[in-house]
Amino acid sequence: MSSLSRDDVAHLAGLARIDLSDAELDKMVGELSVILESVAKVQQAGAEDAPPMSHPMPLTNVTRPDEVRPSLGADAALAMAPASELQRFSVPRILAED
Amino acid sequence: MSTATTEPVLSYDEALEKFDPVMGLEVHVELNTKTKMFCGCATEFGAEPNTQVCPVCLGLPGALPVVNEKAVESAIRIGLALNCEIAEWCRFARKNYFYPDMPKNFQTSQYDEPIAFNGWLDVEIPAASGDGTEVFRVEIERAHMEEDTGKSLHVGGSTGRIHGAEYSLVDYNRAGIPLIEIVTKPLRGAGERAPEVAKAYVATLRDLLRALHVSDVRMEQGSLRCDANLSLRAKAADGQAQDDVPLGTRTETKNVNSLRSVERAVRYEICRQAAILDGGDKVTQETRHWHEDTGVTTSGREKSDAEDYRYFPEPDLVPVAPARETVDELRTTLPEPPAQRRKRLQADWGYSDLEMRDVVNAGAVELIELSVEAGATPAGARKWWTGELARRANAEGKGVDEFGVTPEHVAELDRTVKDGRLNDSMARQVLDGVIAGEGSPVEVADARGLELVQDDDALEAAVDKVIEANPDVAEKVRSGKVQAAGALIGQVMKEMKGQADAGKARQIILSRLGVG
Repeated sequence: MSSLSRDDVAHLAGLARIDLSDAELDKMVGELSVILESVAKVQQAGAEDAPPMSHPMPLTNVTRPDEVRPSLGADAALAMAPASELQRFSVPRILAED
Repeated sequence: MSTATTEPVLSYDEALEKFDPVMGLEVHVELNTKTKMFCGCATEFGAEPNTQVCPVCLGLPGALPVVNEKAVESAIRIGLALNCEIAEWCRFARKNYFYPDMPKNFQTSQYDEPIAFNGWLDVEIPAASGDGTEVFRVEIERAHMEEDTGKSLHVGGSTGRIHGAEYSLVDYNRAGIPLIEIVTKPLRGAGERAPEVAKAYVATLRDLLRALHVSDVRMEQGSLRCDANLSLRAKAADGQAQDDVPLGTRTETKNVNSLRSVERAVRYEICRQAAILDGGDKVTQETRHWHEDTGVTTSGREKSDAEDYRYFPEPDLVPVAPARETVDELRTTLPEPPAQRRKRLQADWGYSDLEMRDVVNAGAVELIELSVEAGATPAGARKWWTGELARRANAEGKGVDEFGVTPEHVAELDRTVKDGRLNDSMARQVLDGVIAGEGSPVEVADARGLELVQDDDALEAAVDKVIEANPDVAEKVRSGKVQAAGALIGQVMKEMKGQADAGKARQIILSRLGVG
């Protein structure tokens, strides 16, 4: 059984660009561990006879009408980005120089 | 990377003598739905950056996509119009890649379960004999639903291109706009006509999509984009069937964004690959970029090392299973097939085969149809769209519909000429004004003071003056050389500062000289 360390969670939070307080980190270590253990239990189920599935619900054709809904607004959208310029998301160099 | 390298090419004739081209065309069409594929964000072209984004199309954690009903309908109609089978059950898939134009790190697409498959589209090209047209059947492999990506701006470096850029700025307004990707089966047997067939296919497809009202199909705005795959194989030896010769290595040319470019890019790749093979080398399987300005393709290595997209079924969306009744219902909404429609319109409008071919080549069938609906005469509508506007379009490498001139404008222009308010040369000036954004034809004519002089006295006075000044010419006309009157008409028009009806001037001159 894999166990999650506090450092692991801090690392993941950093990758996801989420600021977590010490208290939140402690809480997350416990909660994420429970989730991992639950998923590990699923792995124990015999999957030999079960056909692969892509969705847990036997539904089809879930659609919405073609009607415009309010967007976030550029300010709110860009507030989540570490950097922006010209009302656009700034991203690091995509290709190395060659 | 330098884009200035010029690769050796073989002449087209020599290339075709030695090799047989096989093409595959991928067309991406942006649907004209009001909202995106999986969220309710608007799809307005040219909106301020990042104003049409939400948690779903930004790929924020926990956001759940829901399929746009209208987009599925459009996809099915496109499939039916391309004579495809429509899947009874199909899913979306995640196409994973790491590139910031998709904030989710994957594009939601369809993989091995496209909504439409196994179809065909007949395209017409001018017959090799030069007389009439011949039909080339393009087999359609599939048409599937997916979403468009964001737009990147590359900052730093000298070229504004991705290579050498220091960083990039991304606008996600376009991310998530519904796209249909239409893929042909390998097109064989087109031989030297391959570039023409490629162009005719994209043109026919564009007309069909326009008639379906599913997309703006504006290549210059990117709502219709074409990638051209091309490979060459050796010509069959005596007694060997061409299709027994194995296919060669293909390249995929991207960024082919006008009808003219489709033809030029295919032609260029044929000549380039032929030179490589003729020199005993091997064609590299790669993505290439078309450069409209220089007319060449260059190697684009961006994706060559990342072709494993790890597709898997999209777990956030349920399958699409169009009921057969729905499909049948949608089938009844299909427009008349393009070839049949062209025949009907040609008969209605009384155009010759040659005239109709010009109209089709100019991409003006629907524009003329709308102009006639708006009151233009078929002859007048054809004259403007395939004459003056097509001439400008060719000169500027644009489409005839890219000058801001609408079918209503053309109908109005035609009317002012028919009513005798403007002559042809004045009408062309008015068209300049319409293109310059000065308003409708009548508004431009008013503002510029363009109007034929209806004052017969003034015209007669001008005629008398010109006859008096040119006694020799006048005598020729009197003695029966009626064609000499042309010189006099020209001078009368000059005298009237171009604002006279040339037909009327001719009448008066002839009657004055006793030959009318």
